[in-house]
Amino acid sequence: MSKEFKGRPVVSGSCTAEAVVSHGGFNTLASFQMPMMFGDKKIKCGDQNNADLYKKPLAHKALCLPMTIGSTTGGMVLFTVCSNNVAPACMLFSEHIDSLAASGAILAANWTDVNMPVVDQLGDEFLAYVKDGMQITVAPDGTVTVS
Amino acid sequence: MSMTLTPEQQEMLSGAQGETMARIMKTLVMYGETFGAEKMVPVTSQYGHTVISFGIGVMKPVYDLYDKLIDSGAKSRQEFSADPRPLDKNIPTTLLQDIVFKKIMYPQQARYEAQLQKLGIMNDDAYTCACYLPQIGNEPKRGDVLSWAESSAVVYANSVLGARCNRNSGMLEMMGSIAGCAPYFGFLTDDGRKADWIVEVKCAKKPEAQLLGSAIGMKVLEKVPYIKGMEQWLGTELDDENRAYLKDFGAATASNGAVGLYHIANLTPEAKDMGESLIREGAPTYVIDDAELERVKANYPCVWKNQYAAPKLCFIGCPHLTMEQLHDWTDKVVSGLEKNGLEKVAIPTVFTTAPAILKEFKKTPDWPRLEKTGIILSYICPLMYMNNPLCAKQPVITCSNKLRTYTTAKYYTTGDILEMITGGGK
Repeated sequence: MSKEFKGRPVVSGSCTAEAVVSHGGFNTLASFQMPMMFGDKKIKCGDQNNADLYKKPLAHKALCLPMTIGSTTGGMVLFTVCSNNVAPACMLFSEHIDSLAASGAILAANWTDVNMPVVDQLGDEFLAYVKDGMQITVAPDGTVTVS
Repeated sequence: MSMTLTPEQQEMLSGAQGETMARIMKTLVMYGETFGAEKMVPVTSQYGHTVISFGIGVMKPVYDLYDKLIDSGAKSRQEFSADPRPLDKNIPTTLLQDIVFKKIMYPQQARYEAQLQKLGIMNDDAYTCACYLPQIGNEPKRGDVLSWAESSAVVYANSVLGARCNRNSGMLEMMGSIAGCAPYFGFLTDDGRKADWIVEVKCAKKPEAQLLGSAIGMKVLEKVPYIKGMEQWLGTELDDENRAYLKDFGAATASNGAVGLYHIANLTPEAKDMGESLIREGAPTYVIDDAELERVKANYPCVWKNQYAAPKLCFIGCPHLTMEQLHDWTDKVVSGLEKNGLEKVAIPTVFTTAPAILKEFKKTPDWPRLEKTGIILSYICPLMYMNNPLCAKQPVITCSNKLRTYTTAKYYTTGDILEMITGGGK
């Protein structure tokens, strides 16, 4: 059984990937810096304050989250993981995207060859419904199908 | 694109000024449209500021992109300052740490500093997170539109100086400085500067700035608080002592939450002018008393493996210390050591400040007094120092709530830190 959610495409695109879910704010710098530093191709989440994601692989996954938090270097960090081809397959926000994540997503869209669809405003119900390991399909119009 | 652009901005977007400038403009337009901006406004501050001060190895794509910008002739329209450097040979390190810093962590440092010179950094001393301090010369005026990203500088510029800046990301802020414009949304608008929360401070004594900021940041997250009850301690004038207090307070609100603007009744410029008319209808109230501050402090996680480990290093000055704070700390440390019958600090301690302040302070009679205590004075960014597995394992203490948030450093109040470094806690 699958369920559809409609959000706003911040960076339009399509993909299919396995979900990883953060119910709290996702700290971009804390999550990506250590795995990148150690050359971890799976990008296992380095944020020990994120009980949902700590040590789980993030590369090529459908990252489901309410918003990002943390350092204002967050945008450049996201740009870097995209440049290094170890970014999440897509980023799906239940809330309105924050300025740091938006910066990173837009920098990646304009300055790398990576297509990382980003959809926001999917609603609280989306984050309550989606679980780790579920299959996610993103359409260019911001429709997200969870199965 | 639905944003209305000026002819010059449209020309940039259409590629008349080259492909790179077109992509810069497209990036800024997409960013603005995501937040409903209908236009761009000129960046009006005399100087810019960039949060990226580090040539960190894993961020090589950033420096590759900056090469592209420079090769295309791009340059910031304003000279700018940058966050603190990540390395200082005066900080005690082991051989292994030295290798990690230079070969693994920051091998791009020289390349990046050369890029900053080409892009327009103010001077070789312009590396500090507290760029708005008078000795640095990058103090925006009220109403100035900025394209900055450093969270502690953005919240200070918005709240204490009345300038207008969103919480931008690194790189994006540089693109705004190059294009000379910023999308008009959020804190750039009058409506975006209204208060979403009322905070009533009902403490028995003046609250520790970094603890109060932490409590408020954690509660209101990215919203704007209007804070009442501080007049009995701060008065109604923004003197040096108050500015230093608000610098530390704001940094904690921005790092423990995501606050980009706060108002303090009868003190900060917009609160003085507009009073409670700044508060949105129906704004909820958060009451802070001493018990609430204790509760917040008690809930900080300690990520040391051995939480009873003896501290090996202490950092004071995140954000960088003001000149007045350096004098004040010197007096307190010297008195504390005298009281405890010691000559040198009991824990290796680093005070961090802007290079320009460091140089000026070393000309004052307080420098030999401080030097005698064994305290190291540095321009380093403590956060950058801590941000690697080797240093992260060290038991480091601090009275900075920003450093606590982003690293494994353990937070103590300024009073506790003073006791510990002067040997009073034995």
